[in-house]
Order: sequence, then C-alpha cells, then structure tokens
Amino acid sequence: MKRRELFRPLVLVAGFAFLYVPILSMMIFSFNNSRLVTVWDAANSPTLKWYAALFRNEQILDAAWLSIRIGAMTATGAVILGTLAGLVLARFGRFRGRTLLSGMTTAPLVMPEVITGLSLLLLFVTMEQLLGWPAGRGVLTITIAHVTFTMAYVTVIVQARLAGFDDSLEEAAMDLGARPAKVFFRITLPLILPAIVSGWLLAFTLSWDDVVISQFVAGPGSSTLPMVIFSKVRLGVSPDVNALATILVVLVAAAVTVGALLMRRQEHRREREIQLAVAENK
Amino acid sequence: MSGSRTRQSAVSSRTRLTSGRMGPLWEWLFRIAPASWSEYVLQHWSGRAFVVAVPWLWLALFFLVPFLIVFKISFAEVRIAMPPYTPLIEWVSGQALAVKLNLANYTYLFTDDLYVSSYLYSIKVAAVSALWCLAIGYPMAWAMARSTPTWRSVLLLLVMLPSFTSFLLRVYAWVGLLKNNGPINSVLLALGVIDEPIALVQTDFAVYIAIVYSYLPFMVLPLYNNLEKHDPALLEAAADLGARPATAFLRITLPLSRDGIVAGLLLVFIPAVGEFVIPSLLGRTDQLMIGRVLSDEFFANRDWPVASAVAIVMLLLLVIPIMVFQRFQTRDLERGR
Repeated sequence: MKRRELFRPLVLVAGFAFLYVPILSMMIFSFNNSRLVTVWDAANSPTLKWYAALFRNEQILDAAWLSIRIGAMTATGAVILGTLAGLVLARFGRFRGRTLLSGMTTAPLVMPEVITGLSLLLLFVTMEQLLGWPAGRGVLTITIAHVTFTMAYVTVIVQARLAGFDDSLEEAAMDLGARPAKVFFRITLPLILPAIVSGWLLAFTLSWDDVVISQFVAGPGSSTLPMVIFSKVRLGVSPDVNALATILVVLVAAAVTVGALLMRRQEHRREREIQLAVAENK
Repeated sequence: MSGSRTRQSAVSSRTRLTSGRMGPLWEWLFRIAPASWSEYVLQHWSGRAFVVAVPWLWLALFFLVPFLIVFKISFAEVRIAMPPYTPLIEWVSGQALAVKLNLANYTYLFTDDLYVSSYLYSIKVAAVSALWCLAIGYPMAWAMARSTPTWRSVLLLLVMLPSFTSFLLRVYAWVGLLKNNGPINSVLLALGVIDEPIALVQTDFAVYIAIVYSYLPFMVLPLYNNLEKHDPALLEAAADLGARPATAFLRITLPLSRDGIVAGLLLVFIPAVGEFVIPSLLGRTDQLMIGRVLSDEFFANRDWPVASAVAIVMLLLLVIPIMVFQRFQTRDLERGR
C-alpha cells in the first residue's frame, strides 16, 4: 500500500513535467538576449527586447488580428450549428438521416487535416466554377472551413451535456403549454449554457491554432497568425516567436483558469438551488 | 395550417418538444416568401425538420460533397489550366456524353516506391506514437482518477491547458529543445554522457516525441473519463477476497477501461497518420510522411489529381479505424456520461 501511495504522485509529477517543461523552457528563452535561441546569454539577460520587436512587427500584428476575427466568427457559427446538431442528436429520437448526421459530426474529430483541407479547397474551386461563389479565397473560405471542422467538437460537448439531463424539465414545460421555441430558450438553453460557452472557447482556440486547413483554403493576402508563424519557424527558430508564445500561454492560462473558476461557482450555485428546491418540496 | 396541426398532434410528446413552428422569425419568413413555397413548407415541414435540416445540410455540403469531389478529381488527368485537371464528362463532338475514368493516378501510386513507403512509414509512426501515448497516458489518467475531487479538477485543467495554447508553438518548443546547441544536448554534454552533440532533429525520435507530446491529452482525457467512473467497491471486494493490487488491476481495472483505451488509441492514431506540421518541422528529409507528400503534390507539383488519389487511398486506409471510433463515440454519448 505504501509503495502505491508513492507511485501515484510520482507518475503525476513525471507526466506533468513532460507536458510543461518544453513550454516553460520556451518562456524562459523569450527573455534571452542572444539571437541563438537556445544559448543563454547570462550577461545581458533577462531582456524584453524580443517583446519590443514583436510589437513592432506589423505582419504578425495584422495576422493576429485576422486570426482573432476569424476565430470569433468561426466560434459563433460553430456554436449555432453545433448546438442544433447536438440537440437533434440528443433529443430528436429516430429520424431519417440520423445515422448520417451522427457520422458527419464525429468523423471530423479525427479526420487528418490534410484531407479536410484538400477536400474543402476542391469544393470551393468547384463551387466558384459552377456558381461564381465564393469568389476567390480568403477570410470567408477560411471561416467556412473552420466552422465545419470545429462544429463537430461543439456538437459532442452539447450532446454530452444534454445526455446528462433527462428531459423531464422540458416535458413539464411542454405540458404547461410552452411552445417548442420557448422551451428551448427558457429551459434547454440555460441548462446547456456551460457547454455552449466551453464549445465557443474550444472552437475559437481550434480555429486560432489551425495551420494546415487554413493553408489550403486561404488566398493571397489572408495569412492567419499560425500560417505566418509556420513559415517563420520553417526557416529556423526565431526568438520573437518565443515571446509570442509566452504571451499566448499566459493569456490562455489566465483565461482558462478564470473561466473554470466562474463555471464551477455557477455549477455549485445551481446544484445548491436544486437541492433547496427538492428539500422544500419534501 | 391545419395540415401541420394534425401532424403535430399525431407525434408523441417526446418529439413534440422540438416540433412546431419557430415563432416570430419563422412567421416573418413565411410572410415574405412566395405563396406557393410557404404553403408547401407549412404542409410538409415543421420546425423540427428545419432544426434537423440546418446542420445536416451544412455538413452535407461542406463535409460530404467535398469528398465526392476529391474522389471525382482523383480520376482526372493533370493539365496546365485552371482548374489544373481534365473534366471527367465531356461532350464528344457535341453528340454524346463520354465519361473518361482515368485510373493512372492510382496505378502510379502503387508503382512509385515513394508513395508506398510514405504510407507504410506514416502508419508505423502513428501506431508507435499511439502506443507510447498509451504507455505514458494510462498511468497519468489512472493517477488522476484516484486523486481527491479538488485535485482532479485541477489536474484535468492542467492536462487540457497545453492544448488550449498553440499546437504549432508547442511543436516549435521541441525544435528549440532538440537542436544541436539546445538545452538537451548541453545538459548531456555537461554531464559527460556524450562527447559531442547528437543529432536529434530530423530523426524518427524527434517525430515520435513531438507527436506523443502534442497528442497526449487526447489519450489522457478519454482514459480519465473512463477510469473515473469505476466503482472503487470492486477493487475493495477484490482485496477482501485476497487479490493483490497488481492482480486486481489486471483483472478488473484494465478490462473495464477497454473502451477508453480504444478511444484514446484511435484519437491519436488517425490524425497522426496524416500529420503534416510535426514531420515538416522535425522529421527526416529522406523519408516523408504521407501528409507531407499530399501537400507537396498539391502545392509544389500542382498535380491535383495525384494529390486527390493520395487523399482517397489515405481515407481508405483509415476508414475502418474511423468507423470503429465512431461506434465507440456514439455509444459513449448515447449511454450518457
């Protein structure tokens, strides 16, 4: 028993060290003075010069702004479509085309990105030939592609959340005469709101992070941030990318922590309310 | 109007939940639509069908149809024009339709050694990486599932946090670590383990470590979800009956976690086969992975038909793993977590 108690923390420390040491080393080297990313220049470090360089780099700033816009549009579209799909799969029972829909929402989760990218580009080219829309490739085509592969994640989250509730609350509202749309907006939507929020954030990060699919469906002049970083990194390591990574990690860590804490509080409050309601009715 | 009413009353209370009309927006749409169209929709559609149709049509158009187009183009011939491939269906002297199926792209894939070896190499890399992920991820998920509830949510967050930062930047972190003058070589040199820097980038080792590193959360999360639900009473009962912890693990925990293991392996294996970023930044230059080959055919050679054929064969190789993954995924979701 004793040996086992030692084994568990050891496994956790080793596992999380593996996950975090590379990120930490990247963050440390972002304060390094030397141009050689990996040689620590002890005399002149730490320095913020790569951060300064980063904020003077128009190309990176423009690309970051483009990625934020695409990410927000993608996340919003993915949440709307993914919520509909999750609702349909969790609550609609059997209908024609259900198997196909469920297949089309889980396959993108594992589909290799090169295949998705190639197939969407060929679709856009064919559509442009036949319909004249979308004219050329750029923000619109990137967003459509991102919505398509991120909505699968939202669907799974929403579906899992709905599967965790039975539909008795919705049934009760129906029995009291609420129309379906009202039931959805007054009962179902508040229940799945945490899933929708995490779905939005996940879709945003997936879109913000995507290189491969974007490379296929982007046009000239619409380089997202990951595309710019990828072409930079391909030529060799560059210290301002370290600075960028550090900023990103800190921002994301802060956002995720705050989000998780808020959501937990919300969840606790809801559970308490349910318990109180149950206690009162006894 | 009355048509949709009777339809509604006929369906069960469960389906009634999401059927019916959609409120003001819906009614407004009917007002501006041509009369015959709205008549038809009112007669034959309900809000329910509309709710099903929106995601269904989106996915059909942007997920299913693209594959058909890739399939079609894989039978075309390359030409210098825009688009750079020949049409499959042509009017022959304005009289008849001719369908030209060209299998040359596929025979080409199987005769040129480059493609066959890239496919095999990709499958090997993905399989080995998936097994390494399991070897590292299983103990982690197990240790997490046995922590106190507060620790559990913290650890869960810590597992997911790296994937919320950039995948590309995490791979890039390894480029820095593994370089000849990077920290790993410096440490080994200082310790006297090696006399001169060993080449770590552009090796199989670099690709494995980066794939395992980036995909580890996809292994840990399904395993954790599974292990967390195990009833500790089972292990207690086994201990009471005299089973040693190792026996109890092998006979109870491991068999019960089979679904999590399969889901985790597939979540790593399938995307890793087509991995493009990691081998481009860290991989060997003498042996490409198939994702890189596809991308090169498309962008560098501008040979869209061959790129399409590469994609179709990759898809055929992955169709069984993808279907198994889907079965596990739907079963998990429909059982309710």
